[in-house]
Amino acid sequence: MAVQAITTTLGEAPQPRRQRLLEDERWLAFFLIVPTMVLLGMFIAYPFVRGILLSVTNSRVGVPGDFVGLANFHKIWNDSIFRTSVYNTFLYTGVTTVFKLSLGLWLAMLLNRNFKGKAFTRAFILLPFIIPTVLSTFAWKWMFDPTFSVLNWLLFHVGAITGRINWMGDPDLAMISIIIVNIWRGVPFFAISLLAGLQTISPELNEAAAIDGAKPWQRFWHVTWPLLLPVTMVVVLFSVIQTFADFQIVYVMTGGGPANATHLFATYAYQIGIGTGLLSEGAAISLAMFPVLLLVVVFQLLYIRRVETR
Amino acid sequence: MGQVVLKDINKFYDAVHAVIDVNLQIRDKEFVVFVGPSGCGKTTTLRMIAGLEAISSGDISIDGTVVNNLAPMDRDIAMVFQNYALYPHMSVYDNMAFGLKMRKFARPEIKKRVNEAADILGIGDLLKRKPRQLSGGQRQRVALGRAIVRHPRVFLFDEPLSNLDAKLRVQMRVELKKLHLRLGTTAVYVTHDQVEAMTLGDRVVVMKDGLVQQVGEPLDLYNQPANKFVAGFIGSPAMNFSTVTMADGNGRLTAKNSGFELEVPAAHGDRLRGHVGREVTIGIRPEDLHVATDADPVGLTFPSKVEVVEQLGSEILLDVRAGTDMMVAAVDPTVRAKVDEQLRLAVNPARIHFFDAKTEAAI
Ligand SMILES: Nc1ncnc2c1ncn2[C@@H]1O[C@H](COP(=O)(O)OP(=O)(O)OP(=O)(O)O)[C@@H](O)[C@H]1O
Ligand SMILES: [Mg+2]
Repeated sequence: MAVQAITTTLGEAPQPRRQRLLEDERWLAFFLIVPTMVLLGMFIAYPFVRGILLSVTNSRVGVPGDFVGLANFHKIWNDSIFRTSVYNTFLYTGVTTVFKLSLGLWLAMLLNRNFKGKAFTRAFILLPFIIPTVLSTFAWKWMFDPTFSVLNWLLFHVGAITGRINWMGDPDLAMISIIIVNIWRGVPFFAISLLAGLQTISPELNEAAAIDGAKPWQRFWHVTWPLLLPVTMVVVLFSVIQTFADFQIVYVMTGGGPANATHLFATYAYQIGIGTGLLSEGAAISLAMFPVLLLVVVFQLLYIRRVETR
Repeated sequence: MGQVVLKDINKFYDAVHAVIDVNLQIRDKEFVVFVGPSGCGKTTTLRMIAGLEAISSGDISIDGTVVNNLAPMDRDIAMVFQNYALYPHMSVYDNMAFGLKMRKFARPEIKKRVNEAADILGIGDLLKRKPRQLSGGQRQRVALGRAIVRHPRVFLFDEPLSNLDAKLRVQMRVELKKLHLRLGTTAVYVTHDQVEAMTLGDRVVVMKDGLVQQVGEPLDLYNQPANKFVAGFIGSPAMNFSTVTMADGNGRLTAKNSGFELEVPAAHGDRLRGHVGREVTIGIRPEDLHVATDADPVGLTFPSKVEVVEQLGSEILLDVRAGTDMMVAAVDPTVRAKVDEQLRLAVNPARIHFFDAKTEAAI
């Protein structure tokens, strides 16, 4: 009797209004999405739209500016430094990605084996990734310093060079230097992500292939690599986007020099927009990389989907 | 040909002695099953034969050649893994063809062999599918197919049926047996399921804690277990064990404890005489017990109390208490026994087993 009484009162208790609202899936979905939308709107959509608006005006620091259409884009198109920085950005992204991928993969395969001190080594590998970029880049700057370069000292003492190399003074060497630093900084991310990918591949598959008569490189090519490809694509996608918009390393190492020879999109946009105060032109430069990145993202996402549904 | 000889095989994983002094000669065309509880070293032994695990000491030879230092690919063996280990990105056809491609077989030959294997296994219409589009049973067949196409000297199986449901497992068991009869390839098979071992094996190797307990034909293991472990492991429901004291009453040996006093059959007499006054373990299989009738000599019967009645249809399992011991008796389905009923059970005298209480070896 008592039980019955309780259940009936429970069943008849009027639900609060708010609770009923949340029971409707459409409303619930809306409520759940709102925080994300607000964050995305505030920190991504708004600055992006402001950037576009800025790029079609002639505003400078302290001057609101008027609408000038695509004049800024026209101007940078004819700017030789801009063209150099476009070339540099592609070169920088391309070369570093190839090296980061191959070195990262190599490290990941080594770390995927069983050996003493595995956990320690894995943590150690992450160091370049953990140290604040500006800090580590300063260290590298010293290593490439014309006078105090430890690299020069080393090369000199093993007899590879006779004079000192002016790493930062030569456009090509400066470019090579920042590429080296970017690779050094990016490899851990590749290594750890690919290691995570490798660990999802059952060792039995490699054993089965070994019994099937596949030599080590055949096992890699026919089994490991195809199964790792989806992870690889995501990692490359992330890395390409980050490298394409890289700023810190170049800013600290060369500042875009010597003679504007090592500018990337981001550093040049910063120099024009903030350094020179031509806000609208800076906005135009940084927006110029948007179509390229969009293409990269679309292409890779399509590719990832194809690989995954294969 | 496919003769495998294991000589004094040991395997250490750091401090763990996983496989201890295993000696075994596997004859050509033989189907040998390793069986034992989890962690007894079955898989390790199989992987050492495959070359996936280095042996710590001893020699493995295949057809007279020591293969200790040969890579898996050079041993001419094929292995079926517990989780099938199919290449997920390749079609069924490519999965089966992979080993042949790696060994540089000509395309027509590959095609011929794959189709042949697919026919045998009834997966001809699945060749274009990816493994993830297959059911567990179909994957199992593909894994078998991948092993068959190679025409290896030895098949190695590591619990290949354990991921299938009970019914499919029985069906695949029969198919495996047929396949072996048809192909005649030497097979080494690992399982923890004693029924699988008994039905598939020409010979069965029972292992425990890295040690081989007994090697023999299935019925020999069942009828003459070498020790208490094998006796309890082989057969279902498991053998009943009780501790008894041997006594000598005017030249007639009896085995006695709180629940019963059994006359020891003359056939066992000589072997047990030395144990008079000491404790031994007596083992009686459930199927060797029946409800006593007037025809049974009194010395081979004992009183018991029924505690649980399990109706299986073809037989009835009675969980009974005899003294302080619990026993299971598999009795005729016509027996009408009720819980708490007092029942006299009789033993088939020819089928009583005795084990040393300390060493657990059969007496
Ligand atoms: N890679 C390894 N490192 C350390 N110990 C291991 C390793 N592989 C197996 N062992 C140990 O060796 C012993 C035998 O293992 P094995 O895998 O051969 O058992 P199994 O008989 O196949 O058992 P299961 O029926 O559970 O598969 C176990 O004690 C196990 O813990
Ligand atoms: Mg095992």
